[in-house]
Amino acid sequence: MASALINVPKKAKLGDVIEIKTLISHIMETGFRHSTTGVPIPRDIITSFVCTYNNEEIFRAVLYPAIAANPFFMFTTIATESGTIKFTWQGDNGFLATASASITVE
Amino acid sequence: MRVPKRTQWLAPAAMLLGFAAVEVVSAPAEIPLGERRSGYADLAPDTKAMQDDDTANPGMLWVQDGEALWNAKSGAANRACADCHNDARTTMTGVAARYPAFDSKLGRPIDLEQRINLCRAERQQAPAFAYESKELLSLSAFIGKQSRGEPITPPTDERLRPFLEAGLEQFNRRQGQLNLSCGQCHNDNWGKRLAGSLIPQAHPTGYPLYRLEWQAVGSLQRRLRNCIAGMRAEPYDYGAREFVSLELYLMWRARGLPIETPAVRP
Repeated sequence: MASALINVPKKAKLGDVIEIKTLISHIMETGFRHSTTGVPIPRDIITSFVCTYNNEEIFRAVLYPAIAANPFFMFTTIATESGTIKFTWQGDNGFLATASASITVE
Repeated sequence: MRVPKRTQWLAPAAMLLGFAAVEVVSAPAEIPLGERRSGYADLAPDTKAMQDDDTANPGMLWVQDGEALWNAKSGAANRACADCHNDARTTMTGVAARYPAFDSKLGRPIDLEQRINLCRAERQQAPAFAYESKELLSLSAFIGKQSRGEPITPPTDERLRPFLEAGLEQFNRRQGQLNLSCGQCHNDNWGKRLAGSLIPQAHPTGYPLYRLEWQAVGSLQRRLRNCIAGMRAEPYDYGAREFVSLELYLMWRARGLPIETPAVRP
């Protein structure tokens, strides 16, 4: 069950700087650990995060094993037009999660 | 070592439980009511901000899953929690603040996790969730969150008295290779440092909570097992009666403090 928490303002004035926050549930297993019987635990992390604003990419991050579980991203953008902000997380073992939020710009 | 006299401690307990109170004296080792504070007060500003913002608090991921479980039909009875309890936002307010509570059928107190599993067994005819499973933590976090801001109000039930006493006894009993009691750190030396870490007063205000060290949500019993292992004593099994007594005493000790579930701690 991959769940995400998204915080995007519902309304903004044209030209405003808006803050976007995302939090996703993921174990972020580093691949450097071993089980109690010495078997290596395979890496299982999110490797990329992309945010698009009306299909235009506005933020991208590449994630590495040192990043803690349940990665949290906070970034800003400028409210240019009403529309949809989409988020995509991709990772090991075919992990794919998406979320979206709509914004009205006045 | 300071050992609280049981009679002295029992005076306020008797008031609480509705017995004839002889005199109100607080036990010597116990923290005065006015000086008690949640571990939240000692958090770093970043951690406080994380707990305060529901979109930054990772515990909310568990709450979100718990809400889905609340509404999901389960077991042979094909019934969801919501089918009996309706909207948790109104029906579950204050519930987590009064557990552990006495179960007359079992003749002993049970904590919220055990209550959830009893409901599953009796009403939903579904298998119990394992301790520390994602499901049980999610559901208890979701139910706990409905009591956020509510003061901890242990039940005034006379039948709880022996268990409360047992909890107090455990709290003040020296144990393990280090020969320490819970009270030696959390009553006598709170606010000081143990290695680099601040010793909190150990009030269970925000469980189940997100611990940065765990990178996950965990129950009060998980935390207690950590503490017991730290004293180099053998931890009780999950769900042990000793744990429920200790939880009962800790909730009584934290009476009046607001619930913070899901809290964030380092």
